[in-house]
Amino acid sequence: MTIYNLTIDQLVDKALADDFLRLATRRATDRLRNNKYKATEELGDWEKWRQAGETIRTHVVANLDYYLQQLIVQVEKQGGHVHLAKTPVDAVAYVRNIVWEHEARNVIKSKSMISEEIHLNHALENEGSTVIETDLGEYIIQIAGEPPSHIIVPAMHKTRQQVTELFNPIAGHELTSDTPTLTRFVRLQMRERFLQGDMGITGCNFAVADTGSIVMVTNEGNGRMVSTLPRVQITLMGMERIVPSFRELDVMLNLLARSATGQRLSSYTTILTPPKHTSDSDGPEEFHLVILDHNRSEILGDKTFRTALNCIRCGACFNVCPVYRQIGGHAYGSVYAGPIGSVITPLLEKDWEKWGHLPFFSSLCGACSEACPVRIPLHDLLVKLRARKTLSGHTPKIEQQIFKAYRYFFTHERTLRRVLRLGSRLQMPFVRNGRISGGPPPLSNWTKSRTLPKVAPKSFMQMWSELKHK
Amino acid sequence: MKVSLFATCLANALYPEMGLTMARILKYLGHTVDVPEGQACCGQIAFNSGYFDDAREVARMLIDSFEHSEIVVGPSGSCIAMIHHYYPTLFEKEPAYLKKANNLIQKSYEFTQFVVDVLKKPDLGAKYSAQATYHPSCHATRLLEIGDAPITLLKQVKNLELLPLPEAHLCCGFGGTFSVKMPKISGAMVAEKAQHVLDSGADLLLGMDMGCLMNISGYLEKLNKPVKTMHIIQLLGEGMKS
Repeated sequence: MTIYNLTIDQLVDKALADDFLRLATRRATDRLRNNKYKATEELGDWEKWRQAGETIRTHVVANLDYYLQQLIVQVEKQGGHVHLAKTPVDAVAYVRNIVWEHEARNVIKSKSMISEEIHLNHALENEGSTVIETDLGEYIIQIAGEPPSHIIVPAMHKTRQQVTELFNPIAGHELTSDTPTLTRFVRLQMRERFLQGDMGITGCNFAVADTGSIVMVTNEGNGRMVSTLPRVQITLMGMERIVPSFRELDVMLNLLARSATGQRLSSYTTILTPPKHTSDSDGPEEFHLVILDHNRSEILGDKTFRTALNCIRCGACFNVCPVYRQIGGHAYGSVYAGPIGSVITPLLEKDWEKWGHLPFFSSLCGACSEACPVRIPLHDLLVKLRARKTLSGHTPKIEQQIFKAYRYFFTHERTLRRVLRLGSRLQMPFVRNGRISGGPPPLSNWTKSRTLPKVAPKSFMQMWSELKHK
Repeated sequence: MKVSLFATCLANALYPEMGLTMARILKYLGHTVDVPEGQACCGQIAFNSGYFDDAREVARMLIDSFEHSEIVVGPSGSCIAMIHHYYPTLFEKEPAYLKKANNLIQKSYEFTQFVVDVLKKPDLGAKYSAQATYHPSCHATRLLEIGDAPITLLKQVKNLELLPLPEAHLCCGFGGTFSVKMPKISGAMVAEKAQHVLDSGADLLLGMDMGCLMNISGYLEKLNKPVKTMHIIQLLGEGMKS
């Protein structure tokens, strides 16, 4: 059974039972969090950088129509084609047409979360193309047939040994699990694929509006190969992924690299203005920029959630999230996991039945908001999404009744005293050694792993008023 | 000063003695203490579950109860953070109550914050022999930003040795209704927190939010671990008896 046909509850069970996954996730997030801490400390006043990031992102999102227009004009002036895709289906269809037009058999890709969001690989493979992920992490999960578990480190949930076992059948012999052996194996695999690729698909970390440049932040150099070797290049970007000019890009690159991996700059920061110009020695002859909306316009118009579009996909919120730490990314069931995934997935997909659990995958501890380099109040957005779900009527009737009762008793404190007194008697069957254990649901949800103190025979309010009247 | 106590729903129902201790400490510090009737809960339990309308009415009752209070002090960073951080959102469409909410925000404090930062009297002459570790609750730290106030108080307690808690920044997994709605994830979180408490080598776990402590101690007890758990107010109460 693959993870694609499990329920959310089953996914959570599976994750919690997987000691390898939990160890791998804990180790990797700890390392990334500590690296981020060092890389941000050395900047001096990190808060000022965060504020600058927030200001830039808020400005861009508020003026997105202007900057999108500027970007499109620039890219087209340079000879590129731009397609604004309203939906994932629309984006996939556009890419598929180009693949079909060029009869591209070997499509090579660098990392793109938009391609995950629109489920592109599957669609292209159905048409008979071979799609190769060239980012190491993406390559690993492609072989495993799994979605990414982290937006920056897609194979975070895999241990070294598991990766070796995935590579062995392709290598045709037993590989040792040391880093040089594994990376050498992948490099040899990739070299051949890069040369065979007749189309390249890349992601886009930022697009610079006033120059029409595409910026890719990578660590393996594969992004450069994908954007120089094939004759045709398609770049996928989310509608909001824009910076006005190189001035703002400087700030954003610092925030992104330091928050994502704790690097001052990633090993490769690639800035391109395709297609190939007459003076260029390499680059694609044909370039398409696909800009995906997928309900981003709607989020833009919703002032409660607009800040969610400020996200620069650094993954810092994943690395501090105590929920993600326990269950990894797959248990969320969505392409985007972690705190930001729990915020944007219900907004992008607009399906409470399917994604209504996500805002509840948080103890609201606030670590995500604290870590966010552009100061998105993620835990506030999560709680507001819960309210949105309640208002939409997608919560159980019994739960609605419980909160009606709560509202009544906690606005009638005198009655509450009597209720508590009654509760202290009704709890007797579940009291063992002075503590509550067992009991019916939802109490049992607590008592399965914990005991609970007894309701006191006299509430504090009762005690106080008795003392006062003595 | 006349200090009004906000008992909080948890202390009111489960830990009433702690409310009395809090009153005793404030009286010891020379203040008059009252407990306005009508108060019951900050509304967070409904708010965090997405029931803003129900939360608003409970919050309104709390605001009304303390309308004439000079200072409001509660034994929980989370409940006070709810008032400070979310009441403006709850009443954004009601200018009259927004004003009242802001008034409550101005005059309300978490207990350790009040004693250390406002009264500036961290030394209560308490004495308590234990090797303790301290869990910094998330809402107190991240939303209310009470900083080192609890530690400052604890450092004044004679014979109390404070041991560092590994990975102290991690949430214990309580999260109010989260612990019941997502019991397995919450259970995994509290299991890790409890392990860190055991790894600290302490025989006493201290904190300033009863929700978190109830969660961690409930788990430790299920495991039959001999680590005792106390709210800082309970510790001070015991320590000041002698």
